[in-house]
Parts: sequence; structure tokens; C-alpha cells
Amino acid sequence: MASVSIRKLGVSFGSLSVLRDLDLEVAEGEFVVLLGPSGCGKSTLLNAVAGLLDIDDGQVWIGGKNVTWEEPKDRGIGMVFQSYALYPRMTAEGNLTFGLRVAGVAKDEIAKRVARTAELLQIEPLLKRRPAELSGGQRQRVAIGRALVREAGVFLFDEPLSNLDAKLRTELRVELKKLHMTLGSTMIYVTHDQIEALTLADRVAVMHRGVIQQLASPKEIYQRPVNRFVAGFVGSPAMNFVSGELVANSDPVLRTADGTEIRLAGYPFNERPQSGRKVDLGVRPEQIHFDSTAPGATALPLALTLVEPMGADSLLWGSIGDQSVSLRIGPDETHKIGEKVNVHFQPAAASIFDAETGERL
Amino acid sequence: MSTVVSSADTRRAGAGPREDARAQAAGPKPARLSPGRVGIYAFLIVSALFFLIPLYIMVVTSLKGMPEIRLGHLFNLPSEVTFKPWSDAWLHACTGRDCFGLSPGFMNSVKITIPSVILSILIGSINGYALSFWRYKGANLLFGILLFGAFVPYQVVIYPLIIGFRIMGIYSTLTCIIIVHTIFGMPILTLLYRNFYAGLPIELFKAARVDGAGFWKTFFYVMVPMSVPITIVAVIIQVTGIWNDFLFGIIFSGRPNWPMTVQLNNIVNTTTGVREYNVNMAATILTAAVPLAIYFISGRWFVRGIAAGAVKG
Ligand SMILES: Nc1ncnc2c1ncn2[C@@H]1O[C@H](COP(=O)(O)OP(=O)(O)OP(=O)(O)O)[C@@H](O)[C@H]1O
Ligand SMILES: [Mg+2]
Repeated sequence: MASVSIRKLGVSFGSLSVLRDLDLEVAEGEFVVLLGPSGCGKSTLLNAVAGLLDIDDGQVWIGGKNVTWEEPKDRGIGMVFQSYALYPRMTAEGNLTFGLRVAGVAKDEIAKRVARTAELLQIEPLLKRRPAELSGGQRQRVAIGRALVREAGVFLFDEPLSNLDAKLRTELRVELKKLHMTLGSTMIYVTHDQIEALTLADRVAVMHRGVIQQLASPKEIYQRPVNRFVAGFVGSPAMNFVSGELVANSDPVLRTADGTEIRLAGYPFNERPQSGRKVDLGVRPEQIHFDSTAPGATALPLALTLVEPMGADSLLWGSIGDQSVSLRIGPDETHKIGEKVNVHFQPAAASIFDAETGERL
Repeated sequence: MSTVVSSADTRRAGAGPREDARAQAAGPKPARLSPGRVGIYAFLIVSALFFLIPLYIMVVTSLKGMPEIRLGHLFNLPSEVTFKPWSDAWLHACTGRDCFGLSPGFMNSVKITIPSVILSILIGSINGYALSFWRYKGANLLFGILLFGAFVPYQVVIYPLIIGFRIMGIYSTLTCIIIVHTIFGMPILTLLYRNFYAGLPIELFKAARVDGAGFWKTFFYVMVPMSVPITIVAVIIQVTGIWNDFLFGIIFSGRPNWPMTVQLNNIVNTTTGVREYNVNMAATILTAAVPLAIYFISGRWFVRGIAAGAVKG
């Protein structure tokens, strides 16, 4: 178990600057997930922590030690890769023990660790097999085992589940969570799957263009995104955005381009709202209801356009002027398309972003 | 002609009506061979004959005695099979004043080929590995230069090499010829291995680094075991290339180390006495035997190795 501290990290490939001035503190035993779209620099950050690439700037501390110039093997890390990266010519056991053999760990110690790891991951029957003789899920288990036998303080996962089918992914996700609870090790986990991020993480770091946009608990990320990018990236189906202009009376109001007024009373503004400011109102589909009885609910006039059945529930689409809004409804509810209705949401639970900067107001 | 073509057409149509085929059965009954097939086979047989006839003549001649050869019946089977030309070629044929046959040349070729093949493959694979995984400064430039080396005509570098080896004091030695073969094998082998390793996932290499394996341990424990298919290709290329070499052998190895090809040339071109065609033929077949054997044994592996880029762990 060890803490990880990334300070003012800068990484570039040639003239392409991928990470700039990046800070990240991961506490001992914490499970931090790096979440972001493809190409935002998640793997680069993870590789920088592992010591697998040259960094331009900044420092990496692991377990209170500056390891910026240490080799990966001396950093006290174990790593799991997206493509498993098992040594194809070695058995599962050989894969598990390679690092220990290279390090010259005593034979009986190796045997002990392999036995323990294999039991933990339930891969004992697979130990004598080559990677080619394993299924995808089994390979990933072995790959996780290879990281675990190192008994490192920090585990780094680079999209370990993204090559597996949906069912297996759910299974292994639960197992990883259990594993973290059993071992209590520090884990940094890269994914672009928000379900993984929200279910596994103690804290999620949402990344975009090499910058950590928000680092907070999954709940906080989901409920109080700090900017429009985070709000739009996290959540499925995606958050609705309604853009318009603020009118700051005693009760602030959002006026859309077609003149619709949406009352925002109860929204916890960070600063006094100014009239005339262009903003985007963000409301998640499940926060919008037909029911108007909730305290502080505000009305949203919608022209219904489309129903999308999604199994457990359906997504009802409507429009305010030329802007679309969706809400979740029960699978059996029926609504007349083309009808004009009023739906309701609580401004207190919504998000409002500056249209220019994208920052939360 | 037209009936034949149309019968072929119904065949091509797959489950064409049987009645049609039968109606045309008045003509030559269409066997399994369509005219196109016949053409292909004819062509293949003719080309096979084209290449096999010289071999046939060589084998037949090498089994005849000289009196029979003088009769001039080139294509006839030997009336009396004799293996004396073969043993002569191997043990007694004369090159200049020495009459020890090809066997010393064979031994020389073995002594040249084995170390050259091992050394060049070892260095070539390390080159390819370093170039694809350890992207050090100037790696691409180095690779470019190496590739350029593949296109430099040998004749251009021979003289400078001779001078270089003279200065080093190893000209005309076994070491010298082994170094030459190793150097000239470098471009193709480096290219071969670099492309092979470039096809492997970079994460494999990263995993080895996290496991604490450095340059050499990653190479020997992780990369080499995966390189079997491509190494088979490399061995075939190198063994045949070096075994068949004549130019470098005659220039760089020195008289006592002359490879089999050079000795063969000397035996065939020795002008004293009568020209012993049977011995010459036997000697030629003996010299060609090693590459031939390699092809026959490894043809299957060769194809597999070439296709090995697709092998995934
Ligand atoms: N070795 C490299 N050389 C040059 N550019 C690179 C290299 N590795 C990554 N990049 C670039 O750096 C950026 C970040 O890459 P990175 O692999 O960290 O993305 P990622 O967030 O992990 O994406 P993904 O989810 O697709 O894995 C990308 O624009 C990528 O093109
Ligand atoms: Mg990545």
C-alpha cells in the first residue's frame, strides 16, 4: 500500500504536448479511476506513473519516495494492460513468476506467492496452460495475477476489461471491486467506460485533452459536474442541455431563444447571476418528471417528438424551440407524439454552465 | 471446340441441368479436367521438364563411366551404373595440384556457413529488436542506412573491405569471411526481424519492463521464444545464401578455406587431362545438395514462417 503523488507532470511526444502541468494525489488504499474520451492522455498518465515513458516535466512520488527517475521495476507497482500482454511462450505460471525470477526471489517464496494469488483469482487449474489455451476472461485473470504476485503497493490498470464481452466485463468488474476490498491496495484504473468508473472508484478523475477536469467522488461527479464537458461525458443517456439567457429578477429565469421562460428558483448559484449572461441549463433525463408535486419543481414546456424504448424504461424526447430534451419514463407509459405538455424538474438538482467558458455557475 | 466450351460453361454454372451434359455426351466425354485445367497442367509439366531435364542429364551422366559418355547418348540411362564418379568427386578430384576432391571444400563451407548463420541471425535479431522496441535517438536513421546497405552493389565495397581487413591483419582467414557474410546479411535480417517485432504488441515489452527484465532478459526470455517462425525463415535465407556464395568466398576466405563452390569451380575448370564429365556432374550435385535439402525439409516451415506475422499469443 502506498500513496501516489503526481506533481506538475508534463509529457509530450515530439511537438505534441499530451499532458501539461498535471497534479494528482492518490491516497493510500484509494481506488482512483481515470475517465475520459479516447486520446485524452489516460494511458500516457498511467505510463508516466509506471515509468514506461520519458517525462518532460514534473515529478512522480510513490509511497513518499520520489521515483521520477526510477525504473518501473523499482517503483513498487504492478500493471495490467488492455491487451493482457501475457508472454505467449510461457505458461500462466511462468507469466506469474517471470518478474519474481528476474528479481531473484527465492523458489519457495515464489511458490507461496503464486499459490496465494492463484487462489485469490481462482486460476489454480489454469496455471499449466499457455495463454493461447485460455479464454479472454481467463487471460485477463492471469494478467491481473501477474500484477498481484509482485505484491506491489500500487496497481495500475489500463482498460483491463475493454477487450471482454459485456457479461464477462460485469463479472470481472465486481471481482475487481472485491479484490480491492480484500487487498486494500492503492489502485489507479484507466477506462473510458463510465459505468466502470462510477461503480469502482472512490474518486473519479475526468480527463479531457490532457487536463483533469474534475477529481471527485462518483456521486459528486454525477450530481455536481464542474463544467459542461464533465456533465456531458458522464451519464447515459446523456444530460440535456437547454441554452438561453439569464434574466436575474428576484427569481432568476432562463429565457430560451424562442422566448420560453424556465424558472430557476432554488438553484444554488456560486455567484450572483447576472442578467443577459448566456448559459446552458443541464438536466439529467431521470430528473425530469410529469409529476409537478415535488417541492420546488419548475415547469418545462415540451413538444413531444419521439419515444425510444430501452428495456427497463423508455426515453421520451421532446423539444423546446429547436432544442431537444429527453426524459425517462416507465416502459408502459404512453404519450401522444406531437402533444404539448409541461414536465417538471427541480432546479436545485440541475446544473447551469456558462455558455462561453463551460464552467459551472 | 464450341461444344467443349459450352460444356465447361454448364459445369461452371454449378448444378447445371444434367440432361444438357448428357446431350453433349456424343462428343468426347468431359472428364474431370476442363480444357483450362489441361492447359494449366500442360504448362506446369512443360516447365517442370524444362528445369528437370538438366537435372536428369546430370544424374544420369554422373552414374556413367567415361567410355559410355564418349558415345554421346546424352539422354540414355546408364547401361552400367557406377558410383565411382561420385566417390572421385568427393575424395579424389583435382583442383590444381591437390587431388582431395570436394570433401575439404565441403568442410570449409560448413565451417564458414554455421558460424556466419548463427552470428548474423543473432546480430540481426538484436538489431531488429532494438530498432522496434528501444526507440533510441537516431534509430530511424540507423535503420535507413542499413536498408540503404541492401542496395549497394557488392563490387563497390569489396576493395575497401580488402584493404580494411589487410590493415586489421585478418584478410584471407576464416574470421574474415565470417565477418563479411555477417555484415552482408545484416540489412535483410534486420529488416526481417524489425518487421516481425514491430508486429508484436508494445504492451508485451512494457509488461517485461514492469517485471524488471532489461534489454537482454526481455530479448532472451520474451522475444527469442516468440521468434521461432521468423528465425526459420532467416536460417533458410542465410544457409542457402552463404552456401551458394562464390564471390566473397574466393576473395575473402583465403586458399585453404575456400568454400565448396570455389572448389567445384576449380574442379570443373581444371584443364589437365580429359574432362571428366561424370565427376563434374557428381561434384555439382553434391555442392547443390545442402540448399536442396534445406528447401525440401523446410519448405513447409518456410511458408509458415513467412505467414507468421499473423501469429498472436
Ligand atoms: N508513443 C506515442 N507517440 C506519439 N504520440 C502518442 C504516443 N502515445 C500516445 N500518443 C498521443 O498522445 C495522446 C494521448 O494518448 P493516450 O494513449 O494517453 O490516450 P488514451 O486516453 O489512453 O486513449 P485511449 O482511450 O484510446 O486508450 C493521443 O493523441 C496519442 O495520439
Ligand atoms: Mg489508452
